[in-house]
Order: sequence, then structure tokens, then C-alpha cells
Amino acid sequence: MQVYLKVWRQQTKASRGHFADYSIADVSPDMSFLEMLDLLNDRLIRQGERPIEFDHDCREGICGQCGVMINGRAHGPLPNTTTCQLHMRTFAEGSTIYVEPFRADAFPIKCDLKVDRSAFDRIIQVGGYVSASTGEAPEANSIPIGHTTAEAAFDAAACIGCGACVATCKNSSAALFTAAKIVHLALLPQGKIEGRQRVVRMVAQMDREGFGHCSNTEACQVECPQEISVLHIARMNWEYNRALLS
Amino acid sequence: MAKIQEKYGNLFRMYEKITGINAYKEPMRISPAAHFSMGGLWVDYELMTTIPGLYAVGEANFADHGANRLGANSLLQACVDGYFIAPCTIPNYLAAQKVEPIDVRHSAFTEAEENAQNHLQRLQNINGSTPTDDFHKALGRILYDKCGLSRSQDGLKKAIAEIRSLREQFYSDLRVPGNSELNTELEKAGRVADYLEVGELMCYDALTREESCGAHFREEYQTPHGEAARNDKDFAFTSAWEWTGAGKEPIWHKEQLRFEFVTPSLRSYK
Repeated sequence: MQVYLKVWRQQTKASRGHFADYSIADVSPDMSFLEMLDLLNDRLIRQGERPIEFDHDCREGICGQCGVMINGRAHGPLPNTTTCQLHMRTFAEGSTIYVEPFRADAFPIKCDLKVDRSAFDRIIQVGGYVSASTGEAPEANSIPIGHTTAEAAFDAAACIGCGACVATCKNSSAALFTAAKIVHLALLPQGKIEGRQRVVRMVAQMDREGFGHCSNTEACQVECPQEISVLHIARMNWEYNRALLS
Repeated sequence: MAKIQEKYGNLFRMYEKITGINAYKEPMRISPAAHFSMGGLWVDYELMTTIPGLYAVGEANFADHGANRLGANSLLQACVDGYFIAPCTIPNYLAAQKVEPIDVRHSAFTEAEENAQNHLQRLQNINGSTPTDDFHKALGRILYDKCGLSRSQDGLKKAIAEIRSLREQFYSDLRVPGNSELNTELEKAGRVADYLEVGELMCYDALTREESCGAHFREEYQTPHGEAARNDKDFAFTSAWEWTGAGKEPIWHKEQLRFEFVTPSLRSYK
């Protein structure tokens, strides 16, 4: 198939960006969106041009590295799908596709479609872990965790940190990401010990990084590749209020 | 159905995203895939590499798995190393160290920086006509065909020769566009240069292992029914391969495996 691309090109954070036009033929409908970009880059390199920079790693939808805005939607037209799991069969023959980086103040552009998402790392660094020294391995049966609790914690832990929630939010809020990271630990006995300081610190860091506030539009859960529910945001707010009051 | 969705929903969803087929309605197409290396960096019992103070934890090291390391087994190693081993061994190492300020103008820094710069410059200076991806794919083809699920002495010897000639092409015809600023192609070229070395070492290892074990099937060593024939008597060891440079024979270090409580037994799927 043949597609026409309008790709955001921007060499550095400081330089001015623009949309560049590319026409690309012989695209297989079974190619993933990233494989189509690989094909384009291969042609650019052979022509002696600078290839398009974009983030990617596992290409199995589980690492959270890839992510671009496609026709104005985070990870493209399909709901709950990473860019690497989007295939060209989703697009009509001869389509024009706009490709842009995830845009948010807290995600500065590095180059072309690559953005710096280290703000997420810093949110994790202030409390997204269990710091209790484990010492000897505890007997597994001594900390019983109910099946539904384990499943709920797992659902929150499934967040891959891709940043689609931020990119799709009109406020550039990282509430869904931060909530997922707080709640998966808050639900488990091991995470409850440091629960109070964790939620306070992580929310404060989220604000410091320049992410906006959540105004409950729920757009994030539509794009989230892991289908993280906005109910986790409610849980985060509950944990936060409880921590401040106690 | 609800039970399957609860337990394997993510897997079925992933499958549908890739293939466009709903596996709740149509049979899932499953085939074995090559898992080339069950190994990783050599580490001691404390998970320290041959470089003092440098630890390799999780799947990056070779420590916990034998000839099979599939599915979520990597998580097991990440959890065991991360929860139980590294929190004890790393502080133990640090406690015995004198912490003195080290100047970044130290000769070791200068030398390491120079080596890294020279390697990157070398890759950029080749200025050939073939993009990195072509070499990556060619290497993948050689390994999949000759060092994959099923391998033989003849195929592995050919693979080593082919990888060596591919490396020569790589260093004479590689094209890396752009400069040394943020440049994914340059980073990728550096990785493929490493893969060429690791790939060759894997073939050496497969060649010396004259048995069928785990996910690796040596065609010469099979039962009359075509099942994998293991040889625990001669091959109960781990191999650590030391790279000595392109075109040179690597050094083979053997570590004998001793089984005190549980002894290896044959697993039959019949």
C-alpha cells in the first residue's frame, strides 16, 4: 500500500520544528506502524538523509518505550494499543497520516518524535518502591493476599509508563500513571507500611515536574495500552487525603 | 471462558493486536521460536562480574538457569536477585570499600573515554553504503538457520565463517548517517557490532555442546524417536566464553555443575 506521512522533524529541543512530507510506497498492511517508519528510515539513510528519531524497544507492547501522536491520538486510532502494536492494515490505502511526538511541558522534545520522559522516573524515585529490608525470605503463606486483591494490584501494576495518559490529557496530567504506581503498592501488605509518605511524596513530585491536574475527563483510560482504570485516580486521592489527615 | 479471560486475557489481546485473529473464536497458531542464549554475563555467587564492584543482576547474568529460560522465568531471576541477593551482597561489598574521591582526569577515565570515542568514530568513518539494519537482519538469518532451534556441527561451522565475513563487510561497508549528537543509528551500529561478537560466541558454545539440551536441539544427538538426547555425564557444566578479538579463537572457561540434593532426570513428554 501507499501512504503519505507528515512527520514532525525537530533536530534539538531548542530548534524550530516543522512537518516534513514523505510519500512511502510498498508498505505491507501487516507491518506495524514502527516497521513502516523503519522502512522510511532505511530509504532516508540510503538517500543520505537524516533518519527520523523515535523511541522503541520490545515491540511487543510491554516495555512502554514507543509512543507517538498519530492523527492527533496517542498511539494512533485504536483504543488501548501501543504504537508498536498498531498495524498498517488499520489505515486506508492512500491515507495521509500526521505523526507527532507526545506533547507536554513535562516531556521536553529531544529530537523529532523522541521526548524525555524521565519525569516519570523521578516520580518513581521518590517513593514507587518498597524499601523494607527483606532479609531472610519470608514464608510465603505468612502474608496471605486474597485473590481479588492480588488481581486488583496486578491491574494497577500493569502500567508500562509509556506516557500516553499525559499526551492525551488536555491538562497534561500524570494522574493515571502516578495513581497506578501508588495503588499497586497501596493494596498489598508489603506496600502499606510506607503508604502514607509514598502518596504524599509522589503527588508532590508529580506537581513539581509540571504535570497538570486531573479534571476527570477520563480521556487517559481510553488511550492507556494497559487499560488502567481511572478508578485508581480516585483511590490515589483517597490515599492522599487520608495521609494528610492522619 | 471468564476464567480464561481472567488468567490469559492479556495474552489473547496481545495475540489479536498482532495477528488480527480472535483466539477465543479461532485456534491460536503457535510455533516454537529460537531462544538463542540462556546465558548472560558471568558472575560469582554474590552476582559480581569479573570487574570488581560491577554487579549484573536479573536476566543480564547467567546464574540461575540451565538450558531453558522461557516464558516468565526472567521475572523469577529479577525477583530473586532483586529482593534477596543484591540487597545483601552489594552492601556487603560496599562496607569493605574505602570511599575516596576519584578524579575524572584519572588515566582510567581518559583511556575509557578515548576507547569509546574511537569506536564510535570508527563506525562513523566507514562511510559505506549499507545501513545497520541490513547487517542485523543478515546476522539474525544466519543464527536462526544455523544456531536456532535445531543445529548441527556442519551448520555451526559454516555460521562461524559467515559471521566472520559479515563482520568484515560491516567494518568496510557500514553507513551511519548523522553526527555524534543524539543518533539512534550510531547507537544501533554499536549494538550490532556487539551482536556480531556474541553471535559468534554462541556458535562456538553450541559447537562444543555435543548433546541436545533444553531448548537447543543438536541434530546429531537424538533418540531413535527423534527426541532430544542429553548427555549429563560429559556435559554437566556451564561454559563461560572470553572474547579475545575479531578473528581469534575465544577462550573457553568451564564451570562444573555439582548436584547435591536434586539430580538431573529425564523429562519425557510422552
